[in-house]
Amino acid sequence: MDMNQYLTMFIDESNDHLQSLNENMLQLESNPDDLGIVQIIFRSAHTLKGMAATMGFEDLASLTHQMENVLDLVRNEKLKMQDFIFDTLFKSLDALESMVQDIMQGGEGKADVSSIVASLQAIVRGEGPAAASAQAEVAAGASGGSAVHAGIELDEFQYSVLDQSISEGHKVLYIQVTLREDCQLKAVRAYMVFELLERSGEVVKSHPAVQEIEQGDFERIFSLYYITQKDAQDIEGQIQGVSEIESVTVTALDHESLQQMAQASASVAETAATAAPTAAPAPSSTPSAPAAAPSSGKSGDTAASAAKAPARSGGAAANPSRTIRVDIERLDVLMNLFSELLIDRVRLEQLASETNNQALTDTVEHMSRVSSDLQNIVLKLRMVPVDTVFNRFPRMVRDLAKTLDKKIDLVITGADTELDRTVIDEIGDPLVHLLRNSADHGVEPVADRIAAGKPETGTVQLRAFHSGNNVFIEIEDDGRGIIREKVLGNALKKGIVTQAEADAMSDEEVHQLLFAPGFSTAEKISDVSGRGVGLDVVKSKIVSLGGNVTIYSTPGKGTNFSVQLPLTLSIIGAMLIKMGSEKYAIPLSSIVETSAIKRNQIKNVHGSRMIHFRESLIPIISLSQVFEVPDFDEEQEEETEILIIRKGDRLAALTVDDFIGQSEIVIKNLGKYLPAIQGVSGATILGDGQVALIIDANAFIK
Amino acid sequence: MGEEIKVIVFRLGSEEYGIEVDKVQTIERMMPITRVPKTYSFVKGVINLRGVVIPVIDLRGRFGLPEIEETDQTRIIIVAVNEMQVGFIVDSASDVIDINSDQIDSPPEVVGGIKAKYLQGVAKVGEERLLVMLNLSEVLNKSEIIQLEGLEE
Repeated sequence: MDMNQYLTMFIDESNDHLQSLNENMLQLESNPDDLGIVQIIFRSAHTLKGMAATMGFEDLASLTHQMENVLDLVRNEKLKMQDFIFDTLFKSLDALESMVQDIMQGGEGKADVSSIVASLQAIVRGEGPAAASAQAEVAAGASGGSAVHAGIELDEFQYSVLDQSISEGHKVLYIQVTLREDCQLKAVRAYMVFELLERSGEVVKSHPAVQEIEQGDFERIFSLYYITQKDAQDIEGQIQGVSEIESVTVTALDHESLQQMAQASASVAETAATAAPTAAPAPSSTPSAPAAAPSSGKSGDTAASAAKAPARSGGAAANPSRTIRVDIERLDVLMNLFSELLIDRVRLEQLASETNNQALTDTVEHMSRVSSDLQNIVLKLRMVPVDTVFNRFPRMVRDLAKTLDKKIDLVITGADTELDRTVIDEIGDPLVHLLRNSADHGVEPVADRIAAGKPETGTVQLRAFHSGNNVFIEIEDDGRGIIREKVLGNALKKGIVTQAEADAMSDEEVHQLLFAPGFSTAEKISDVSGRGVGLDVVKSKIVSLGGNVTIYSTPGKGTNFSVQLPLTLSIIGAMLIKMGSEKYAIPLSSIVETSAIKRNQIKNVHGSRMIHFRESLIPIISLSQVFEVPDFDEEQEEETEILIIRKGDRLAALTVDDFIGQSEIVIKNLGKYLPAIQGVSGATILGDGQVALIIDANAFIK
Repeated sequence: MGEEIKVIVFRLGSEEYGIEVDKVQTIERMMPITRVPKTYSFVKGVINLRGVVIPVIDLRGRFGLPEIEETDQTRIIIVAVNEMQVGFIVDSASDVIDINSDQIDSPPEVVGGIKAKYLQGVAKVGEERLLVMLNLSEVLNKSEIIQLEGLEE
């Protein structure tokens, strides 16, 4: 079979699984006793193994297989997670990642993984199960095909339904179906089985849940309780008739065996939540079993809820959002075509209201609704949450901390902040550099931190947020900060500044020296950062994106790198205002509130005009004067509408003619021909097709 | 024998001008223009051309001719030069003609009050018709605008 058509799908899905493995491993590391996470990891690894084997990438499959062995021990509580196990597993993930990379570049996905495989095997052997549990394992393996299974937990209601059915003379069957390993369309086969069964009876409960089975979200095995009039053998024969089924076990249940199964399942529900059937002896070895025995109801509930939690999060991890890749230029074309459509829509609306034809008006109204939905989608298409860049950082910082022998917590906030796709694609490397810098140069070694009276774990904050027409990404550490003398000493040595210049420099200017080409403050060069090419490259990259980066630092307290990025072609909420016949948009993010003032409330202070606002005096600026608006002058008004705008903690008031309302607007630039205009950050196209300028409120506050 | 070129012909006052057709994106009727404050005096503002915001220049203003009221004939010619898109407001534009590059003479010192550097040359079409060929990159040259503005102040 030609596998090529599946290759891109394989690569995409592998990447998703690797990402989820990485994320969940990190989660597990901070919470090593949570077996629910292990289940999720196991499932991802298993799926990855299956895909790799199907595609013929044997090295990939065998490495995942070894990981799976280790994880299997962990989830069956035969092995405790420990630091070195994490390290080995992370190493395996890296190896997997590089193999997938290789496949992406058209390679065979081959790599020498023998050492990792060996250490994984050592973990399995060395930390192997104790004698007792080993026996249990053997027993489980041996009784895998035996009559009594404990795969499904039943709630009280389901139990009573089954129990009653037996009393009424129906047959209650427990059916376990195993699909063939090479089965391509698991969901379809499972569906066929279900369809078959529902013709002559009723499926009461299945494991995994029906939805998950329908999405193919299960291992090769699923099991279910079934009520029917037919014979067990009959049913078995019918299911065998479906192709690609490896085996079917059908067990007829009576009152006693049903009760037994319900109890057994309650106690082992959590460990049995995946595929392999676990043997029934479990109750005597699990502490929760005695409690479960008297009434299966209550403990059954708790077990069910315990099992549900990992199942739900597992479902989320195993169902990565389906995406396709689209050329951005096509999106641009789409956006422009849509803007044209909008103009025509407004014209149509006008015509419809003039002609007074009800049918036409209805159609136009419907079209308006559809097109506004369409607008929302079109506008959002280009926006991507910064999370797509941020999600690889926790892992990176963890590795850095290990390498540097430091303790570092990475705290991410605002990962859902959206940025234009083109910016997202470019911003990854600069951020990596800044994070490395913070981890390497910012956060001190544990001993130094304790000496300085700080907690031994350093914190690096990674924040993203909107402000005005910009997105800010800040990387802030609570490390040693920037020491002026050191920076200047180094800059002098490298000949970047002269002594006279150095003496005259403010602290901010000194901080900016870090971005000078050929500057490196680390005394010893580490392999993490500090090769002397770094921050200057970061700066030039960010500047080329139309952004800026600034440093704020307090010696001993920490350093904050603030990256400011433009929202090119992004959507913001804005307040539309009117100035005579002209319309302008002001980003909501810079507006504090709207208000109105009387002429006599404006005070003259030192020749500048101020108003009282919340117990302080703030400057009031006439927008019509700044923009030389021809047909509006608020001097003639007794009462004037004002907008209180904000830049950082500073406020100012802008006088306007009238408010039109809030709207989501698309930011467009004014074209290359026009020079930068103070107070105007771009333009947008309004619903009627006219251009409105976007006011850059920041420019009005010095 | 020079090569054949297609030229869009437009009018400003009594003069006829030409722009090579491959530099012209489209010719539009007058449409609403949004004024842009605090910029060059001859920049009329910006328009929405199928979703793209494009600055519009009053070519009369650019060449120092007196402004006139717009008419039915007024057109905006959208040109694309050096990755810039700019609209020119002209009195009318209607014709596309073929001329031979041999027909273009180098510009005389002063033509109709416009500085010679904006001109690529003058093409003689037929017996009487003279076509002033514009040098677009000079018309849109920003460093020179800044000098001009500086002199005015």
